[in-house]
This record gives sequence, C-alpha cells and structure tokens, in this order.
Amino acid sequence: MLSGIPISRLIPPAYTYPLLRSMDAMRVGAGIAFLALSAAVLPSTLDAQAPPAPAARFLVVIDAAHGGEDLGGRFGNQPEKAYTLSLSVRLRSLLTARGFGVVTTRESDATVNADRRIEIANRANAQACISVHAAESGTGVHLFVSSLPPAEAARFHPWQTAQSAFVMRSNALAGELNAALKNSGITVTLGRTALPMIDSLMCPAVAVEVAPEQPANPDEGAQDAAGIDDPSYQAHVAEALAAALVEWRADGMGGRRP
Amino acid sequence: MIPRYQTILFILLLAASAVMGVVLWQLREHAHKRLLRGQDSAPTQAPTVTPAEQATLLIANDADDSLSTQILSLPLPQNPEARARALLGKLFDLYAASGSTHPVPGGAASVAQVFLVPLPDAGGKKITGGAELAVVNFTGAFASSHPSGIETESLTILSVCDTLNANLPRVTQVRFLVDGQPRATLAGHSDLTRTYQASNTVLESGDGGAAGGKRP
Ligand SMILES: [Zn+2]
Repeated sequence: MLSGIPISRLIPPAYTYPLLRSMDAMRVGAGIAFLALSAAVLPSTLDAQAPPAPAARFLVVIDAAHGGEDLGGRFGNQPEKAYTLSLSVRLRSLLTARGFGVVTTRESDATVNADRRIEIANRANAQACISVHAAESGTGVHLFVSSLPPAEAARFHPWQTAQSAFVMRSNALAGELNAALKNSGITVTLGRTALPMIDSLMCPAVAVEVAPEQPANPDEGAQDAAGIDDPSYQAHVAEALAAALVEWRADGMGGRRP
Repeated sequence: MIPRYQTILFILLLAASAVMGVVLWQLREHAHKRLLRGQDSAPTQAPTVTPAEQATLLIANDADDSLSTQILSLPLPQNPEARARALLGKLFDLYAASGSTHPVPGGAASVAQVFLVPLPDAGGKKITGGAELAVVNFTGAFASSHPSGIETESLTILSVCDTLNANLPRVTQVRFLVDGQPRATLAGHSDLTRTYQASNTVLESGDGGAAGGKRP
C-alpha cells in the first residue's frame, strides 16, 4: 500500500532556456551603469541615484489566478477567476490592516498572462508569494509548492526554474500556512506540482487551492460542492492565511536572497 | 406566349428533378448509415483470449491528495504499447465509475494511444531493452471534460505515470499529447509540456512529508 502525499516528479526540459530573463538583463545593465556612475560622483549624491531601498514593510504578492478570458475552473454559478479575485481582495485588505505591503497581480477581471504575473511578482522582491486558486474537487485547502528539485542560490536563474533556489523556503512557508489553516479547523493537504507560474517565481511561493469545506455529497448534485461559495468560509480561509503570514513575518522568514 | 406543351414539359422536368433530388438524398443517407454500421462492427480491441494477469494500478484520491495501490487481475495484451493502453483504459474506467475517489469522465476511451520510445543511454545510444519514454495521447474530449484544478490535474498525471512505471518498469519518463498535439495544460493548471519522471522510488509516504508539512 502506497499512501501519502504524491510528488509530481519532473526533469528539466531538454531544451536550453534563455539564461537571463529580460528583467535580469535590465538589472545587470542598470547595475553596470550604476557602478560606472558611482566612480564619478560624490558619495553624498549616491543616495539620490540609488534605486529606492527595499521597503521596510514586509511585502507579500497575492496572485489571483486566471481572469479575463481565462475563466479557470467552474463551480456553482461562478467561474474560478471570480472566486480567486474576491479572495485576493479579501486577503489584501486583511494584510494591509496588519501592516504588510501587498502587491497584487490583478485587481479586476483582466486577462493577465503568466509572464506578466511572474514579472510583477519578481519585481516586487517579496518575502512571500501566494497564488490563489479554487476547485470543486477534494476538501478544504490544498497547498502546493513547486516540484522542482531544490538548488543552490545563484545570481542568475534560468527563467523556467527560478523557483528551485526558493523551494526550501517555499516548503517552510507551506508549513506555516498548513499550521495556521489546521489551527482554524480547516482540512489541509500538501503537495508538489508542476505549475509554470510557480516554477518561475523568485520568492517563497505557495499555490493555495481552496476546495469545498465539506466533501461533496453526490446525492445532492454539484450544487452541494458549491459550499465553496459560502462567504463565511472564504473569510475563514483568508483570516487563516493572514495569520500564517503574520507568523511568517514574526519568524523573520522571507527575504529574497536565500 | 409560351406554347402549352412547353409549359407542361417544363413542369414535368421540374417535378422529375425534384424527385431525383429526394432519391439521391436518401441514397446518401443510406450509404452514410451503412458506413457507420461498418465502423461499429469493426473490432476495436483484440479478442481477450490471453489469460488474466496481475496488474498494479495507482489510484488517485482527491480527498487526501494521495495515490494508493490496487492490484487487479486483467487480461492484458502482450504488445507493450497495447498493454500500456489497456492498463490506462482500466484506470480511467475506474475514475469514470460512480463512487470514484477521483472522478474524471471519459473512461477507457480517454487514452487514444500510448507510444513507447527507447531512451538514449548515458552514451547517447538508443538501445532496445533499456529505459523507455512513454508518450500518452489523450483524446480532446477527455482533456476538455477533465475537471479543472491543481490537485485533480496533478493526480491524474501522477497516477498515469506511476501506473505505467509499476507495470512496465522500463518506462521511466512520460510525456503527454492531446489529439496528437502538444498542449499547455491538462485543464488550465498542470503543465502538459514537460517530461515527467515515472518512478515510484521518488514517492514519499507519510503525513505531509512531500511538501514540508512539518514546521521548520
Ligand atoms: Zn486555478
């Protein structure tokens, strides 16, 4: 009998990725220009030239998955994209009230492609990235981290496997979320998966998939599974996620460079 | 003024062409039905005269995001590709059955073909009898009816990979096609463009072990 949490196993694709993402290339360019400039100007002017120092605030990226033309899954009367947006908005306000800096990948029903989302998240230099999904199958909340093998931190990451340097801390973040959700009485499953969006993130990253609170009763049809629509359940999940991130911040976790 | 005989002739010809049109239409319908009947009567599966064998299926469970082993007695073809397809057919029949722990519609017809391709060894040579890549070709109907979600899509992929590896140990890698074409995701989430490792040795067991369930 094999039981337990399965892992999506994958090997890196056989093709070679571009070594630098355009953003990294821009950073390198900016870095070189900055060094050249620093040799020529007085130290006192450096502060004015330097990019804004990383905000003292603890930054969290919330990605409301899908949106616009991408409906995601469908349950009850709404598409997944609407659910993820409403949970994202709720979580954002909870985190903002607790003094977090929050960056979201979308604030409306807009089509945002994966590359754009990754760019927003990676530019934010966040201490935690949460990608919000919802599904009809299973129960409670499913937490997923990247199935990439952990790798040493490097200055430059291949675009499609950038998350590998963060996998260890993504696991730790998933552990924090798991503990807080369980404390709130929510069923949690943990797993690894191959999601292009997560695999490219340069931050501790977890995909949070909200499923119905109770198992669907097949006798009552699909409507029963739409217990996921219940606003009090969504509020409960959002509160638990916010509590986990407060713990994450208190633990002094996060930080971009491993 | 058109002569009366010409008017009558015209009406007769018009009526004749209308009748011919109807007859032609009916002939076409008959031919179509005959063709469909012919297809139905063609054997879609080899006659299962082979004795039943033990097969190991890795069954997904949406409730706890797990796979469990189920050993069944199945008549399996000797040809490895047909064997792989029959195994996955059984797996998807179980998923389509009522009371399934991982409900996915489609059943055995979900898998159009399975191709087995020898993988190059360390020296770059493709040797028969060595490791193999399985290419699983799903039907478009299967992919479009698969429930959407990270967990359910991941479990379908995992159970296919592990079922293939459990019964055909030479299969160490799996790739997926839909209607013979590469596809970005299965149903909006799990990546279908990459090569998946199919090896039970990587499976961890225990509570939350895979994703760092224990707090650091
Ligand atoms: Zn989703």
